[in-house]
Amino acid sequence: MELKTYTISVYSENNIGLLNRISAIFLKRHINLESFSTSESEIPNVFRFVIVVNIAPEKVHKVVQQIEKQIDVIKAYYHTDEETIFQENALYKVKSSSLFEERQIQNIIKESHATIVTVSPEFFVIEKTGFREETEQLRKDLAPYGLLQFVRSGRISVTKAKMGISEILNTFKKQ
Amino acid sequence: METKAKHKSPKGTAAPLQISGAEAVIRCLLAEDANLIYGYPGGAIMPIYDEIYKFQDQLHHVLTRHEQGATHAAQGYARTSGKVGVAMATSGPGATNLVTGIADAQIDSTPMVCITGQVASHLLGSDAFQETDIIGISTPVTKWNYQITKASEIPEIMAKAFYIARSGRPGPVLIDITKDAQFELFDFTYEKCVGIRSYQPYPKLVNESLEQAVQLIGEAKKPFIVWGQGVILGQAEQEFKAFLEKSGIPAAWTILGLSALPTAHPSNRGMVGMHGNYAPNLLTNECDLLIAIGMRFDDRVTGDLRTYAKQAKIIHLELDPAEVNKNVKADVSLLSDCKISLQALTDKIETKSYPEWIKRFDDLDAIENEKVIDGDLHPTKPGLTMGESVEMINKHSKGDAVIVTDVGQHQMVACRYAKFTQSKSNVTSGGLGTMGFALPAAIGAKMGAPSREVVAVIGDGGYQMTIQELGTIFQQQVAVKIVILNNDFLGMVRQWQQLFFDKRYASTEMTNPDFVAIAKGYYIEADRVDNREDLDQAVAKMMASDKPYFLEICVEKEDNVFPMIPTGASVSDIRLE
Repeated sequence: MELKTYTISVYSENNIGLLNRISAIFLKRHINLESFSTSESEIPNVFRFVIVVNIAPEKVHKVVQQIEKQIDVIKAYYHTDEETIFQENALYKVKSSSLFEERQIQNIIKESHATIVTVSPEFFVIEKTGFREETEQLRKDLAPYGLLQFVRSGRISVTKAKMGISEILNTFKKQ
Repeated sequence: METKAKHKSPKGTAAPLQISGAEAVIRCLLAEDANLIYGYPGGAIMPIYDEIYKFQDQLHHVLTRHEQGATHAAQGYARTSGKVGVAMATSGPGATNLVTGIADAQIDSTPMVCITGQVASHLLGSDAFQETDIIGISTPVTKWNYQITKASEIPEIMAKAFYIARSGRPGPVLIDITKDAQFELFDFTYEKCVGIRSYQPYPKLVNESLEQAVQLIGEAKKPFIVWGQGVILGQAEQEFKAFLEKSGIPAAWTILGLSALPTAHPSNRGMVGMHGNYAPNLLTNECDLLIAIGMRFDDRVTGDLRTYAKQAKIIHLELDPAEVNKNVKADVSLLSDCKISLQALTDKIETKSYPEWIKRFDDLDAIENEKVIDGDLHPTKPGLTMGESVEMINKHSKGDAVIVTDVGQHQMVACRYAKFTQSKSNVTSGGLGTMGFALPAAIGAKMGAPSREVVAVIGDGGYQMTIQELGTIFQQQVAVKIVILNNDFLGMVRQWQQLFFDKRYASTEMTNPDFVAIAKGYYIEADRVDNREDLDQAVAKMMASDKPYFLEICVEKEDNVFPMIPTGASVSDIRLE
């Protein structure tokens, strides 16, 4: 079965336990998540999950229907990469000594359009936002200089198409 | 509806009363017309039980002998009354014992509210005595769940719980209440829930789809209907009957759809699925239009999906959007309460009949009658059959009884042969297949329909999973009739072992106790019958009793249930022997 990458966007209430409820839907179907992130959305008190999965096209719709069926979920959508604008964020912690001793590392930072977040006598932290390949490339480039820590966020994404969540909530208010 | 707990202040003005969270729970239940609860007390729910004691003139609590029994009783009650069943338990093991019943209610769309006590909120996460994460445990098997840690949350959450349990596609809701929230005092007011912004339980019927469905029905030469429990849950029995009679389309039921239409109705062509009837299974793969009404294409109904009704156009009448195109792709889906969509369809279709197509059903029925049914119902061999036992119950109930079944051979036989004249009469564990369901479910079924005869037909295996509920039946004097079809085997598993595992009967033979003595131990009148001559009288005596009654019918040990579609096979591969 051919797998495809989809970004699932879930608009929901901010209730304890909903995360568990959504992850249980994937667990029940033996689907592994590529990434998962959540934050408040553009609408006050409405939260947004961004979930990335590699999944067969005929399955994604069913999974999204199951998510949307949950009481505290307002609406769930799925999109292909082409239908979304998406980024990931990565932090790299490197020994400070290498910043000063290895001139090359400054070039790497400059060329990758990364920014230095903080510098201390022991370490400095670089931040890079971009596609997976870009943050991954920087990780590889920095590795020879002693990467103390590396962490990458889940995908965050907005869709090119309109979501219409406010309309849904307004319709409910009128009822 | 709004109920306020009020008291007269010294100046004579009514002010909201400060009551405890525990009392609020009871007042919420009463406001929701839930005055019957099944449950089992324990440490973390004692404040609520203390209120049950104080409110006992308004609220009947049934002490089951195990929390699982409380859930099944609540389910039985919901299934015959159409109302929300309520089960209650303490934290920890009390709560985990509810899980099987909750899972059963979830998969069979039964409205139920479960209330569990929880350790005090300051102890959450400390592995306190009888603490368990019941919210986490019950999440995948509840329609909704919520943990209350403050008394002030109780009215709103209880209102939501009942609204969610009963609206749309019904299901179980679990509310977990910490002990400190039960003790806490607060100003109580209650308002019923009328809507939740993130939850749209009734999708609106799309006119375009309706027109497409009408056109497909108009064009069909060999249309066929399969209906499920949606007809009953949607209280659409009359609309369904009108649709059948105008459309002239033959119809068959899933196990949970049984009794939505009287058995004797001419459009009724029997059961689909693994042990369903020959004609409707075979003709599923011959019809040119399959109209699925309030059913979800369970694998026990469809067999191998790759060969299921591939030649037919599919119209799916369904309330739950997640069910459409889940297992079988619909050409047209009518997403709506079927009470509305059936009425709309009936208004727009022409009156028709399909004599040649119906004859195909009649011809195949004749084959099944000869090869299977005659031998089941009118056996000539010495041992009693399950089929003739059920037929004898039909004779004495005249089809007016509620039949509660467990899981296994007896269930398939009872559902195949039991006759019904009214809806909400078949109570069984369909989706989850929960052995042990029937005895406690029968308690609830009888309390949900007290004027009706309730007969629980149970196998010797499943009976022993919840046999302790005889204590509840005795204490409450619930006048249910308990029929054990005893073959000293876990019969369905044994049948599979015979057919698919070369008769290696691994752990399916049961050495059984004296069931009559056990029933009598609970002071329940009991009888045993093991031969044909005495069967009629034994069943007659049971049905004449107005008290709880136990009848053990000793049936043939190694009879099989046919027809049968082997797991994963096509409905076309249905076997008659």
